[in-house]
Amino acid sequence: MQLLEAALAGDRRALARLLSWVENGAPEGREALATLFPRTGQAHVIGITGSPGAGKSTLVGKLARELRQRVPRLAIVAVDPSSPFSGGALLGDRLRMQDLAADAGIFIRSMASRGHPGGIAYATRDVVLLLDAVGFPVILVETVGAGQAQVEVARIAHTVVLVEAPGMGDEVQALKAGLMEIADIIVVNKADRPEARQTVRALQSAYFGVTTTGHHGPRADEPLEVVAGWETPILQTAAIENQGLTELVEAITAHRQYLESSGRWELRRRLHARAEVETWLQRHLLLLVEQRVGEERFAAAVEAVLRREKDPATAAQELLAPLLKP
Amino acid sequence: MERKIRVLIAKPGLDGHDRGAKVVARALRDAGMEVIYTGLRQTPVMVAEAALQEDVDVVGLSILSGAHMALVPRILDELRQRGLGAVPVFVGGIIPADDVPALKELGVTEVFGPGTNTQTIVSFIHQTIGA
Ligand SMILES: Nc1nc2c(ncn2[C@@H]2O[C@H](COP(=O)(O)OP(=O)(O)OP(=O)(O)O)[C@@H](O)[C@H]2O)c(=O)[nH]1
Ligand SMILES: [Mg+2]
Repeated sequence: MQLLEAALAGDRRALARLLSWVENGAPEGREALATLFPRTGQAHVIGITGSPGAGKSTLVGKLARELRQRVPRLAIVAVDPSSPFSGGALLGDRLRMQDLAADAGIFIRSMASRGHPGGIAYATRDVVLLLDAVGFPVILVETVGAGQAQVEVARIAHTVVLVEAPGMGDEVQALKAGLMEIADIIVVNKADRPEARQTVRALQSAYFGVTTTGHHGPRADEPLEVVAGWETPILQTAAIENQGLTELVEAITAHRQYLESSGRWELRRRLHARAEVETWLQRHLLLLVEQRVGEERFAAAVEAVLRREKDPATAAQELLAPLLKP
Repeated sequence: MERKIRVLIAKPGLDGHDRGAKVVARALRDAGMEVIYTGLRQTPVMVAEAALQEDVDVVGLSILSGAHMALVPRILDELRQRGLGAVPVFVGGIIPADDVPALKELGVTEVFGPGTNTQTIVSFIHQTIGA
């Protein structure tokens, strides 16, 4: 594929077109990913999540500039919600990243969530893979600012930065949503505001309640010896005033070092690989089942459940049964 | 496969009013399009870079400052330099009737004056990109 070679050689327009194909699930996109897959797994993927309006985009813009002093290229994927009514979207994250325009080493791509829950789009994972494959060593992923259930970014990012802002009453919200459990670094942005200290204190005490040894509590499927401590830092930034960025970059760098030295980099890669295979397995299986079962039998099963003649688990099992015979 | 029309709405030049641009951006979203809105004071390079990275199907420029005859050629030039010469560009804002033929001569696909019904712009985009 010509476009693919061009993208690999650094042609940004070819890359942009490939990204559209991948985003749209076009066959050419699928093919490109299959070809490029061996090249992936190199990038440090940093997820930026947090409440709406907390300053994620502004911070991503400043952070990108800071990080670019250390890496030759950097990509940003910014997700905003699609309208559930029209299916259209207003993608405004880029608006806050204006001063990156002159830097040819930075590539920014806006994505609409296209109805996918969890703060990223269905295709965000694939878009990140493509950027990884063409050689971006650092990829920043900004999620939808939804205040809840944006945890899906943890499935594609190595480092998750949770951004909050003072005076939004979101500290409790974030806790509820389980966001704090996935955060590797917590940032209180808009620290130029006097209420910021209070937010930091609230987060500190809330976080202390979650765990005292860092949020990475040992899990049943992880060998204990790799569970070294990572104390999730709570930092303050004032993105619009360029404050606190050096500390944030240092924390991100330290987290990557921690991941590598503790064996967690490998572990996360393994978990991500597993998640990817599972996702595709589900997708393929569902398609297969839909084809084999056929519209009519499926509708009949739904009807039977509706009339309370069958419970849904039994109905599904009966649909599957003929497919499982050798 | 899910294909959405992607539109860049940009506001080049130095005037500080983006209400019109926002109205158009929302109307296009409500028509099911994905609109990348880049806000005020865009330089020609910023507009062209955004169009390139976002792989948009069409570019809309809102210009109220009267600088359209200076800005538009530079933007079209930056687009061409990036191989985006074929991307349709429309201009909205305060454009004297006398300048419209000149803008079209330069390569602008359509010009919309103030008070244009947003539905007109939606139809224009559908027609122009044939979707
Ligand atoms: N005072 C202050 N305002 C800030 C700071 N950072 C961002 N803002 C402002 O906060 C508002 C929202 O900023 P964004 O960067 O768009 O926030 P976001 O989290 O990306 O928003 P969504 O993507 O819509 O969820 C803007 O008006 C910013 O100028 C900061 O450090 N201090
Ligand atoms: Mg944002």
